Amino acid sequence: MVVAFFLLPMARLIVTGASGPSGIAAYAAILVEPRYRATLINTVVLATATTAAALVVSTIAALFLQRHRFPGRSLLIALLTFPLALPGVVIGFLIILLAGRQGLIGDVTAFAFGEKWVFAYSMQGLFLGYLYFSIPRVILTVMAAVEKLDPALEEAARTLGAQPWAVHRDVILPALMPAFIASGAIAFATAMGAFGTAFTLATNVNVLPMLIYTEFTLSANIAMAAALSVGLGLVTWAALALARSAGGTVAAAG
Amino acid sequence: MTAHGVAIHLENCGKTFANGARALEPTTIDIARGETVVFLGPSGCGKTTMLRIIAGLETPDAGGRVRFGDEDVTDTPIERRNVGMVFQSYALFPNMNVAENIGYGLKIRGIGAAERAQRVAELVTLTGIEGLETRSIDQLSGGQRQRVALARAVAIRPRVLLLDEPLTALDALLRERLRSELNSLLRALGITSVYVTHDQAEAMTLGDRIVVMRKGAIAQIGSPRDIYFAPANRYVAEFVGAANVVEAECRDGALILPGGSLPVAHATPGRAVAMVRPESWSIVPATAATLTGRVETVIFVGDRLRVTIAGAADRPLLVDAPNGLAVAPGQTVGLTVPPGAVRLLAGEAA
Ligand SMILES: Nc1ncnc2c1ncn2[C@@H]1O[C@H](COP(=O)(O)OP(=O)(O)OP(=O)(O)O)[C@@H](O)[C@H]1O
Ligand SMILES: [Mg+2]
Repeated sequence: MVVAFFLLPMARLIVTGASGPSGIAAYAAILVEPRYRATLINTVVLATATTAAALVVSTIAALFLQRHRFPGRSLLIALLTFPLALPGVVIGFLIILLAGRQGLIGDVTAFAFGEKWVFAYSMQGLFLGYLYFSIPRVILTVMAAVEKLDPALEEAARTLGAQPWAVHRDVILPALMPAFIASGAIAFATAMGAFGTAFTLATNVNVLPMLIYTEFTLSANIAMAAALSVGLGLVTWAALALARSAGGTVAAAG
Repeated sequence: MTAHGVAIHLENCGKTFANGARALEPTTIDIARGETVVFLGPSGCGKTTMLRIIAGLETPDAGGRVRFGDEDVTDTPIERRNVGMVFQSYALFPNMNVAENIGYGLKIRGIGAAERAQRVAELVTLTGIEGLETRSIDQLSGGQRQRVALARAVAIRPRVLLLDEPLTALDALLRERLRSELNSLLRALGITSVYVTHDQAEAMTLGDRIVVMRKGAIAQIGSPRDIYFAPANRYVAEFVGAANVVEAECRDGALILPGGSLPVAHATPGRAVAMVRPESWSIVPATAATLTGRVETVIFVGDRLRVTIAGAADRPLLVDAPNGLAVAPGQTVGLTVPPGAVRLLAGEAA
């Protein structure tokens, strides 16, 4: 039953993808047709950049939070994970409020440089929105891993003569690698498939979930939508599989 | 590797933690070059704190100074103190194999691969872990980890070697074997070592001198023999080895006990606290001694009998007897000790 529940719709999707006027070639079109290919590349680049940035920001924040105790610390941690409670549409809306035509950044830059910065509807806007919902997912896993680090490891490295930066390079970051792989894979998968945020912001750029949506609803090109869905699924699944084989416990990070 | 290392001088080193906990009273102690000093005391008495102050992992309270030889290292950061430290948890780097762990300090110092490999090979032989060089840490047994941690700490030719309960995590049998191995290794290295433990047998085996600690302060400093035979006070007597501590009136050169009298050398009349080690007693016929008691239990522990005798003193006395001696519970026996084996503890009378 469970297997059927998972596999039947997938099989149907794959068959549908090949059932259009161009048949199997619909799959090839993803890579060959410039519009589709550009979208695929866009999406992968965006998801990769989001993942990388989320990892960097989360690691710095997690290490800082571990080392410093201050009033309001737990409130800050709660706030950092707050975006988990928001649907993608709301996050898109927040980015518009921040970097849209009437946005905060626009107002500030107009005042400071006499030029209004508006990037909510560009790749940068999407990146910001994606980063916003990726960080909480990553930070929780990385913080848990930082918490579990044996402080004696750092101390041992220092007694052996390692400067603080060398301790990070040689001991702390390698020890956090499994957490990076696990949470990075989740962030990547989420960014690949994000729809709500893209729906609100992606007017000038195209990402796969949006393309699938437009192919399906506007062009009624169901076969192409299915083929693109399979393509999206494959890329994401490959990333997760890669992470799993690299030793991350991806399931635990979800 | 001939004797190297430096003398350590701690001057008024105390430690009060941020939460106000006083872990260490201001303490002054000198450790000679090449000497092995063991800090011995129960859990929470400040042993690790003392070690961490020497390592530079903790700064002493204002007024405390740490000197290595003539050099004041109080403000020298850890990474430039050149100390080797073996942590209780070993703290081996899980992302490096055995050889990389041992060579890490050399690598950080910019020592070339060839020289590093040679030094690592030397240490692998010294610590007896040949064949494990490429193993990852999680494939090692506890005893092997302990050796890797030690090899890593001495690889950098530290000025001072610090060991925090390095054997506590191991089972009793292995602990005993590694104890004597460690002992010969420390002698061979001739390095100034500070060793922390709560195990008095370890302290006896390894220490040139033992520092017995109590609640953040030094209770006694001395050679293992001093500490054992001439404890400064009741705390040391009872913490190191088994001891019979009795409180009694001293009169005419003898302690007056419920079961008779016990001659004491250099006794001054008045209330006294005295200590006798279990192995100092001899069990003799009741008629041949001034002190008698009734045998309560006899436990055969292999190399000897551990006998408890009631009625002789205010508390049952612990007596070690030869394993061939015929004694049985209920029997009344006499107890004698050689002169000098009754140790009066100063200023401890209640
Ligand atoms: N970072 C710290 N903050 C506050 N108190 C501490 C800290 N580290 C240690 N202490 C306290 O200082 C006292 C001495 O601790 P220390 O670790 O030196 O004991 P120890 O003799 O090594 O004990 P053990 O045998 O259990 O390792 C203890 O009461 C401990 O709770
Ligand atoms: Mg300790």
